[in-house]
Amino acid sequence: MRSRSPWLLLLPSLVLMAALFGWPLVQAVLAAFRDEGGFTLAHWQRLLTDPYFLPALRNTVLLIVIVLPVQLALAIGMALLVQARPRFIGGHFYLWCVPLAISELAAGLVWLSVFDNRGYLNSLLVSLGLSENGVQWLSYENTTTMLLTVVIAEIWRATSLVFVIVVAGMQVIPRDYDEAAQVFGASLGQRLRHVTLPLLMPSLQVALILRTILALQAFAVAQALTGRDFPLLVGETYEWYVNLRNPAVSSAVALVVLALSLGTALLYLRTVRQPEGAR
Amino acid sequence: MAELILRDLAKTYPGASTRATDDVSLDVADGEFMVLLGPSGCGKTTLLRMVAGLELPDAGQIVIGGKDVTYLEPRRRNLSMVFQSYAVFPNKKVADNIGFGLRMRGVPADGVRRKVEWAADLLQLRPYLDRYPSRLSGGQRQRVAVARAIVMDADILLMDEPLSNLDALLRLNFRAELKKLVAELGTTTLYVTHDQVEALSLGDRVAVLRDGVLVQCGPPGAVYDEPADEFVGGFLGSPPMNFLTGTVCTDEGRPRVDFGGQSVPVPAALSSYHGKRLRLGIRPEAIQLGDGGGLRGELQVLEPLGASALLTTDVCGQTIKVQAPATFRAEPGRRLALRLPVDQCRWYDPETSLLLEVR
Repeated sequence: MRSRSPWLLLLPSLVLMAALFGWPLVQAVLAAFRDEGGFTLAHWQRLLTDPYFLPALRNTVLLIVIVLPVQLALAIGMALLVQARPRFIGGHFYLWCVPLAISELAAGLVWLSVFDNRGYLNSLLVSLGLSENGVQWLSYENTTTMLLTVVIAEIWRATSLVFVIVVAGMQVIPRDYDEAAQVFGASLGQRLRHVTLPLLMPSLQVALILRTILALQAFAVAQALTGRDFPLLVGETYEWYVNLRNPAVSSAVALVVLALSLGTALLYLRTVRQPEGAR
Repeated sequence: MAELILRDLAKTYPGASTRATDDVSLDVADGEFMVLLGPSGCGKTTLLRMVAGLELPDAGQIVIGGKDVTYLEPRRRNLSMVFQSYAVFPNKKVADNIGFGLRMRGVPADGVRRKVEWAADLLQLRPYLDRYPSRLSGGQRQRVAVARAIVMDADILLMDEPLSNLDALLRLNFRAELKKLVAELGTTTLYVTHDQVEALSLGDRVAVLRDGVLVQCGPPGAVYDEPADEFVGGFLGSPPMNFLTGTVCTDEGRPRVDFGGQSVPVPAALSSYHGKRLRLGIRPEAIQLGDGGGLRGELQVLEPLGASALLTTDVCGQTIKVQAPATFRAEPGRRLALRLPVDQCRWYDPETSLLLEVR
């Protein structure tokens, strides 16, 4: 007879997972596909015809597509600087990690004070004589500058997460590999391409998955900066649920976010990795 | 291929109180196999890394083939290196590892392939070219590291304890293979090790370092036979050289050194040490067991070592190790006659530990 004890040991976590993740998930799916009369696609129809949904989807994807590569490049650059052990290395490290400790909303408010019509940036521009009355960065008519401000705020806020993961990843790569590459004639770029980045793949994978999922959930920064003028998917779930009092459509948006998260995570797991047998 | 000249290389690591290398000068001739030998922390690896360009000296000069490379980037020095940890890239297949240096130099693909196959044949790696290093044994990875280094046709081949991570039998086999390989290639080689047997077996010359200072440099036989100081005599050889302290006296006009009741003759050149203390150094295998003459020692321990027997004897309170034939048998406590051939005795100043010239 096979022992039942493994299942007993697993039981608490299974119950917890089922109660806190499984059940709400089922609820959300049910809510999105059902009304009093049973199965329906009416909620999805309503969502798709909503003027905010497609812009929200587009903005969310744009944000990820712009922010992620920049964050990755910045984080790798910063990590390489830290690896070179400059003076005041501890100071740099902590300074770069400060945004990690700041809440998303607070970060949004900080940047609001910068990009506001009477914010620091406009004051600076005016005092330097570069602009008469400042630029309307956050005007609802100006989608490009809104995107730009949200991108900048997100890069400032969340690069440190990627940075910390990349630094941790770099520190476990033995220095010998890079030194061997140097001796065997590799330039800085070649060392990065042939040695550092391939060996960093596991860390980059983690950083990409985490950051993409978190970016899909980006909400408070954009909310603080632009309200609903620059809609994002998670902002829409909030809007539908709280302001429009429609949990069904809200669930449908949430399912879209879930599908995107799963899809990108799978994509990274399949593409960003070391070749078969290399580890 | 080229000659390598090190001039007064000095280096202190940040935060360290002593110098890692202290004005080390060394000339390695074109095609010569030079071994840097010393205990850990003696500066031998620092020296190698400065030649490689992975560390920069605080002062001094490194010249390869007439060109000053002291502050040049590693990749501009035209050298190759075998790392202690092998540093075989785990993300590249064996063939790509071996061809890495050539690819970085922009050698065309078929040229790289020909070289890689040549090296793979030389090191019996042909069947593994398409594998990733994780699927190789330690010995095979070591071969990949050596293959990667020899395809480069570099001016200087650097090796940092390449055998230390192999198990004993593999090390013994690969040592001979490495010697043959490097001799065939004729590349100027700088080889770092803490293993005196490796140093003696591989080197055209051996440079012994201690505390960042070059203590002695010469052919293995000379360094072994005439250690420049007591440290070298103690570091090379297993068991190490015996050292005995005695006082120089005169007996019938001839100088002798007295160990407390027993004495042996001293070369006439050392008669100026009359009344002073002197250190006698002699290799355990140079001492002859026989009857009469020389010193009388009391056998304390007999250790059969297979090919020979190691005796620990007591002479006037000082310990002398003697290498005896494997068939030697005696009970502890027995008095043995130890003959010390004059030409095998080395004399050292007890103050400076330096070898005294007697010829």
